[in-house]
Amino acid sequence: MLEYPRWKYILVVVVLGLALILALPNLFGEDPALQIARKDGDPMLAASLPTIEQFLHDGHLAYSTAYLDSGRIMVRFANTADQFKARDEVNAKFADQYITALSFASRAPAFLGAMGLRPMKLGLDLRGGLYLLYQVDTQSAIAQLLDSYAQDLRRALSAANLPFTDVGIVASSGNLADSIRLTLPAGSKLDATQAIAEKTLPDLKFKVVTLPSGPALQGTLTPQQVRDRQDYAIQQNLVTLRNRVNQLGVAEPIVQRQGLDRINVQLPGLQNSAEAKDILSKVATLEFRLNAATGDPYQVAEHGNAPIGTKLYYNRQGQPLLLKREIIATGDELTNATAGNGQQGPEVNIKLDTRAGDRMLATTRANLGKPMAVVYIEKRRETTQVDGKPVTRDITDEKVINDATIQGVFGPTFEITGMTSGESRDLSLLLRAGSLSVPIYPVDERTIGPSLGKENIQRGVDALVIGMAAVFIFMFLYYKVFGLVADAVLLANVVLLTALLSMMGAVLSLPGIAGMILTVGIAVDANVLIYERIREELRNGVSPQAAIRAGFDKAFSAIWDSNVTTFIAGLVLWVLGTGAIRGFAVVLVLGIATSLFTALMGSRALITLMYGGRRKLTRLPI
Amino acid sequence: MEFFHKPTNFPFMATRKVWYGLSVLMVIISIASFATRGLNLAIDFTGGVNISATFPTAANVDAVRTAMARAGYPDPQVQSFGSSREVAIRLPPLGVKQDAQTIRAQVTKVLQGVDPAVQVAAPDVVGPQVGSELRSSAEWALFFTLVGIFIYIAFRFHTWRLSLGAILAVIHDPILVLGIFSVSQTPFDLPAVAAILAVIGYSLNDTVVVFDRIRERFHANRRLASALVLDQSINQTLSRTIMTKVVTALVVVALLFIGGPALRGFSEALMIGIIAGTYSSIYISSAIALDCGLTSEHLFPTVKKSAVDAMP
Repeated sequence: MLEYPRWKYILVVVVLGLALILALPNLFGEDPALQIARKDGDPMLAASLPTIEQFLHDGHLAYSTAYLDSGRIMVRFANTADQFKARDEVNAKFADQYITALSFASRAPAFLGAMGLRPMKLGLDLRGGLYLLYQVDTQSAIAQLLDSYAQDLRRALSAANLPFTDVGIVASSGNLADSIRLTLPAGSKLDATQAIAEKTLPDLKFKVVTLPSGPALQGTLTPQQVRDRQDYAIQQNLVTLRNRVNQLGVAEPIVQRQGLDRINVQLPGLQNSAEAKDILSKVATLEFRLNAATGDPYQVAEHGNAPIGTKLYYNRQGQPLLLKREIIATGDELTNATAGNGQQGPEVNIKLDTRAGDRMLATTRANLGKPMAVVYIEKRRETTQVDGKPVTRDITDEKVINDATIQGVFGPTFEITGMTSGESRDLSLLLRAGSLSVPIYPVDERTIGPSLGKENIQRGVDALVIGMAAVFIFMFLYYKVFGLVADAVLLANVVLLTALLSMMGAVLSLPGIAGMILTVGIAVDANVLIYERIREELRNGVSPQAAIRAGFDKAFSAIWDSNVTTFIAGLVLWVLGTGAIRGFAVVLVLGIATSLFTALMGSRALITLMYGGRRKLTRLPI
Repeated sequence: MEFFHKPTNFPFMATRKVWYGLSVLMVIISIASFATRGLNLAIDFTGGVNISATFPTAANVDAVRTAMARAGYPDPQVQSFGSSREVAIRLPPLGVKQDAQTIRAQVTKVLQGVDPAVQVAAPDVVGPQVGSELRSSAEWALFFTLVGIFIYIAFRFHTWRLSLGAILAVIHDPILVLGIFSVSQTPFDLPAVAAILAVIGYSLNDTVVVFDRIRERFHANRRLASALVLDQSINQTLSRTIMTKVVTALVVVALLFIGGPALRGFSEALMIGIIAGTYSSIYISSAIALDCGLTSEHLFPTVKKSAVDAMP
């Protein structure tokens, strides 16, 4: 008699039942679909649905269903030709209201989706699309923080009537600027100055240093503060990139942090990398500055030497302007920007946060009737080939986009006018998406053609199905009934792995398929190890039931040790690998876990159930 | 059905010096080819553009190549791909303006000069950065994998001799796969990297299964000569080794012949790796452990009672 604990039977049944449900959505396949969303990011109203349906109907555009799905309208099509046609028509008709994205909608019944069950997503290599890797300039995040500290310190010292020579930004050690240095004239009151500095900037610890030029106070950020600031910059960029990606109208985009200071963006279905990069990697910000009261900008433009405290800019017509260096407000402090049409034509309505609003109020009150300029700053990094080697350089474009007289005293809300409607829309879009306060640069990109992707997956799936069928037949021929048990266990393993991957929201790519093949190999191996042991025992004249027990018991250590060793390898690759290597490792690690479970517990439960209770068992069909 | 109805009794260890020689020779050839010819790296690593075009009739590869070169594309590689009507064109990185749509439009224009009815698919475009980073992350991952395996095997089998054997086998197999890729100049792409990782996994599995049997044989009889125990262990696991390999090969052969050109590098690497992995788990990992002086004493140390007896 062979016995197997009841709780193990129950566990096997429950786990496999759950896995079957979780893996179910993958069975149904996908329809080509069109996602329609509102341009301003607000959810679609239910009332828009009949409008869209009517439009599709009137235009004789074939579609199967249209419905609202989490704030967007989804329209399903029978084939991609209908999908493309409908997209072009909808774009032409509703260009100013909606953005569309080509997408896929699962054919799984609605109740599965309602339970939160979704099929596995296909990776870019299988579906086609655009992959971009961005480097976040975390050094400039630190520099910006120190800049604003330095400005606060200057103000505080001037207000307290304490003399100082200069406030500069320096590196305490190495290349990374992480300190503010306040140089003082000889004979100044060190203690009083230090007290003011520490009161103004409580984050910094100031210490006295003696330089050749005289005494100075130096405040340094702790490594933790540096790290926090860098993390903050990356988080801010992640949010901004997500907003901008949504503006591109891409279905199921992926925007995620990679490593310490990188962001990886995957845009399925997108082919035009130039447009995507333009929108994604621009660092647009605004600076509000007062025009300089003295100095002739034309003379400065010709001879250089801008008067102290001023800087030379050009407006869009190419005319020079002298602006004060003091910044009233920046794009960071912007909470909203919308394009609209006012009495003076196209305008951008701007809303600042309260701190900048207070400063704006004080400035406009003191400078009513004087001109104020808005500087639009764009940073990008350009890579050119010089002697076959890529050379990157940072380009900062600064342009005065608006130079107008302060018409009234205003605080946090006001309008900028004097642009064409196209410019005002572009500007408001970039600003509303959140100004990227820290520059990001694309370090890698790849575009994967969609047709190759489709072909890839079809051929790969065909091959896998045929290969698996061959394995199933061969296992049956070689191990007879036990081979069928192994086939059932193998199938359970594939279901379990698919369920886990779907549950985790994993993305299936070619390396992932490699991982699946390795997993199938490992799962087969576990069964083969057990069955070969059972045969060995039978050959040694052991009774069938004892042979089954001995087979499982003796094969255990080999299965366990070989799987754990491979598991360790997979785990290291998961933690240290990137991209393709990680995609492979995730599937491998999960696959080892599921194959251990199905081969050791599932297979034993099934075989015990089949042969455990038979008293007069003389032969095993193995 | 059974491959070996009666237990086999091949003297594997007796001939190990021959196989060492063969392995060393193959590794040297691989490394030499690697150093001189290098790998035919696909655009996954070098950056560049892959674009495929379908012609209404059989494509004239030479005409396509001439047209591309005349249009000013440096060093275009043109091959027929899949069917005779399809060609794959590979271009080196094109610098700043590497936009898929622009390239597609330009190439379509050039190829229409060859045949006006040509269809050009949307291209694959890869930036030049990814390769070096992937390499360094892969190197670190491989290093820590080896360390992890070494420690686990030393812990489970109580001896570094088996750890060393396993690690040499794990290094041996990917070198051979890379060597064959280098000698045959098969394009080496990202899926091929995944395949090499899978090869390491298979090879490791095999090696540890043999080790497990060695542990069991030593436990059953500690007086037997080490070489004999190793031979017995490999022979007793031989039917399992071959069976597992045949089953895996079934899937890989299907991928190789049906999976299409995109999976070619992947399935070739797997196929070579499976053969190399079987060989190395027999002739490398166990044999190295034997030549490091492996005895039953290392796996099952005799408990020294004298130290306890000496206690007052």
